Amino acid sequence: MSEALVVLMVLLPLLLAGMLLLAPGGWRQRMGLSATLLSVAPLPPLLWSVWHSGVVEVALGGWQPPLGIALRADGLALLLLTLTALIALPLGLHAGPWFRAHATVGGRGGEWFWPLWLFLWSSLNLLFLAADLFNAYVGLELGGLAAVALVALGGGRDALQAALRYLLLALFASMLYLLGVALLYGAGGTLDLALLGGRLESGVASRAALVLITLGLSLKGALVPFHFWLPPAHATAPAPVSALLSALVVKAPLVLLLRIWFELFVPLGFGAAGEVLTLLGVVAILWGSLQALRQQRIKPLVAWSTVAQLGYLFLVFAIATGLAWSATLLHLTAHALAKAALFLAAGNIVLALGDDRLSSLRGASHGMPLTFFTVGLAGVSLMGLPPSGGFVAKWLLLQAALEQGRWLPVVAILAGSLLAAAYLFPLLRHALTGTLKPTGESAGRSLPLRLELPPLLLALLALLLGVLASWPLALLKPAMPVVLS
Amino acid sequence: MNSGLLPLAVLLTSALAGVVIFLLRERQHRLRTGVNLTAALLKLLLVGLLLNGVLQGREYTLRIPFTDGAELLLRADPLALLFLSLSAVLWLITTIYAIGYLEGAPHRSRFFGFFSLCVSATAGVALAGNLLTFLLFFELLTLTTWPLVVHRGTEKALRAGVVYLAYTLGGGTLLLLGTVWLHTLVGSTLFVPGGVTDPGGQISAATWQAIAALLLLGVGVKAALVPLHGWLPRAMVAPAPVSALLHAVAVVKAGAFGVVRILYDVVGIERAVALNIAPLLAMLAAATIIWGSLRALEQQNLKRRLAFSTVSQVSYITLGAAMAGPLALIGGLVHLVHQGLMKITLFFCAGNLAKTLGVHSVGQMRGVGRRMPLTMLAFTLAALGMIGLPPMAGFVSKWYLGLGALEAGHGGWIAVLALSSVLNAAYFLPLLYSVWFRSPLPQEEGEWQPVLQRGGHETALTLLLPTLFVALAALLAGLFAATADSPLAWAELIVRREYFR
Repeated sequence: MSEALVVLMVLLPLLLAGMLLLAPGGWRQRMGLSATLLSVAPLPPLLWSVWHSGVVEVALGGWQPPLGIALRADGLALLLLTLTALIALPLGLHAGPWFRAHATVGGRGGEWFWPLWLFLWSSLNLLFLAADLFNAYVGLELGGLAAVALVALGGGRDALQAALRYLLLALFASMLYLLGVALLYGAGGTLDLALLGGRLESGVASRAALVLITLGLSLKGALVPFHFWLPPAHATAPAPVSALLSALVVKAPLVLLLRIWFELFVPLGFGAAGEVLTLLGVVAILWGSLQALRQQRIKPLVAWSTVAQLGYLFLVFAIATGLAWSATLLHLTAHALAKAALFLAAGNIVLALGDDRLSSLRGASHGMPLTFFTVGLAGVSLMGLPPSGGFVAKWLLLQAALEQGRWLPVVAILAGSLLAAAYLFPLLRHALTGTLKPTGESAGRSLPLRLELPPLLLALLALLLGVLASWPLALLKPAMPVVLS
Repeated sequence: MNSGLLPLAVLLTSALAGVVIFLLRERQHRLRTGVNLTAALLKLLLVGLLLNGVLQGREYTLRIPFTDGAELLLRADPLALLFLSLSAVLWLITTIYAIGYLEGAPHRSRFFGFFSLCVSATAGVALAGNLLTFLLFFELLTLTTWPLVVHRGTEKALRAGVVYLAYTLGGGTLLLLGTVWLHTLVGSTLFVPGGVTDPGGQISAATWQAIAALLLLGVGVKAALVPLHGWLPRAMVAPAPVSALLHAVAVVKAGAFGVVRILYDVVGIERAVALNIAPLLAMLAAATIIWGSLRALEQQNLKRRLAFSTVSQVSYITLGAAMAGPLALIGGLVHLVHQGLMKITLFFCAGNLAKTLGVHSVGQMRGVGRRMPLTMLAFTLAALGMIGLPPMAGFVSKWYLGLGALEAGHGGWIAVLALSSVLNAAYFLPLLYSVWFRSPLPQEEGEWQPVLQRGGHETALTLLLPTLFVALAALLAGLFAATADSPLAWAELIVRREYFR
């Protein structure tokens, strides 16, 4: 039963994507929300099963590893599946009305959004559930292609240029990864992550594999200095797409890297190479924040904030403790929720103002108080202030760094949150200065609730994570790599 | 009632009221006022129950798991109740005042929503049973007061808001670092009278000093210790009830309260003295007291003068705590309440002047005593109390601080206190003289603008009655300091029961 659920998590969105692709144009938008609900359906029982009886493993077609395709639903996979679903649901409510409103001002892309997103969803789930490195490659590659197509939905010169750049990068990065995987296969004779661990030896091949895989995944994960493709891609895409890219798509390669790193490379004794990744993470936090500070437009600002926030996720490689690992995944979750909320809210603002310059925000809040409230709440989590998920993650990450006596990450984490406050402030400073009619009543709402509520829901989830952080932490605990626990 | 639920109920009364008020429409004045007052009265009642229970030695604790090794802890101890009672009483009064002050103004739902949340955060700061919980509510306080500071939405208010955030978020960062560091070293941040125990003594003196410096500077920003006080005078652009709340109840007080908590329940006063932390802090406080008074002298804007006066007066609390003796601590703790009562009176009066006559600067106050005698009577009482004249509450605080200085053998601190009194007199007495004994210049009288519909009284009753109430409270707290139910008696109880047994 649970095995079927695991397969459905990948298969359902894929089938629905195919159906919507074949459906006539009008149906695609109308069916989007139903397809989302249907794709989420197998998750609750699967979550229940993993929570109570542990890991579920599936060998597709009955072939056992090392031959067959294997899926493995552990706590880490479940956390990410749940996160994806939690973002997909509000997004499903938001995307339809957003694309319709977008179309009234000449925007395009609504009809293709749903099939592409469902396809992307299926690839992400495959990547999260993959028990072998080639499966993960398939998820990575297909997800990358879907993401590129989604960026191109933005239409216009800038979006196409960004999409093309993104495409070339994604192909190059997955090629590096595939090369690394091939080397590991040559050395270990299997692609199964669990089996490979016992069969690899430290040597030239595994060293080269480490470099290739890490490089490929860092490119896709937009680690500084490989971040150059991210701001244009995330800033020019339609708002629901930006939310998906920043919240989920850039996280996927990192999750894969975390698995491979701590299950293969650290036991092989390559852990010291993590120093480089952490150092780059520190640079990413500072550089991304400083760039975000310099932006004059709303969506590039939010995109640069993603570059900075991704930096936190790379601090774990040098700290290398179980606490840091949990904290990193909690930070990933909190950032995904908050950033999805922020991009959707930013999309609303741009839609309502018809302009994405920060300077035109003055007095903009009166027609959309909830959207600005959402920006504020998401900001609280991104700055790592209580009572948000971002705060708990920051607390744990600081604790892990201090326990290891690593002061550089400590300084970067603290500086990063202050910088986040500084770069998010221009979005918020006019939130409370709405111009008013002489009667004291605020002017009529210029955004419908259907657009304002989904981002608010996401921001509230980011806050709720601060109160319920012990749940994801408990889910993660059994999935912790052996070297860390 | 389950003993853990009472502290939670105290937090939730104002938090839920805040959420409900956010959801109300701008024009639902009566409903909003009803929710506001019901919540404030309910909270007062709950705090009364809590106070009674703590007096009888009952324990109230609530634990909420946070992460594996850390928990959130709410606990009602005598020190918490001192701050909590002050904030509960003054919340009710300030709410009434704010309803009158903001009548007809825009964005009232937003204002009162954040106002209530801010009081919840303050209650959380008071009831925090460990440093982590304290930090959490301390940061929440920053977030909920920022919208109040920028409430007017003018360019000046926005600039003040930026400065406010920069200072307080910076302070919060230091506090966070100190808290995590301590947690990493001892595995807990529980408040323990006498300080966190360090089994085996593996924490070096230098590490203790660094942690204490981080924590104290972190709360010192909100306590407006020089040179971290720059945000406070600028935050004066906020409406008068906000200034009153910021100065007397919430932000500055939370900072001073934090200093006491950290010195006595985290670092431990003996360790703080041995490691030279307390003496250094006392020096910083003394410098702040003098500097604040000097700056107050040169301010011509009434609210700015009061703001610098706060900078100076709140450091009495820090000084009392840092002198490390029972009498000085009593003086500091009781000043937490006394300064609150007196300063809120002064800000209410400033608000009445601004709202009724459009008077903002000290120069415009000539002869205003004849026009608004009751308001200026309250102002006079509070100002005399600030100077430290008997029988006002301020005298009691200074008396104990002075005794404490003698007890600790630091005569120098008495000189600081005396000098501060002289300076206080220098910026208040000429003003009082001008208010009562000089006649208004004819052209200035013309500038007094009747801003408010006031009925037959000198100003609206919703403004006047709260003002008189707090002035009377400040007078009574001084007159009846020796009775068993006074703030002084409670401060003595805290010191005897918890810190100097």
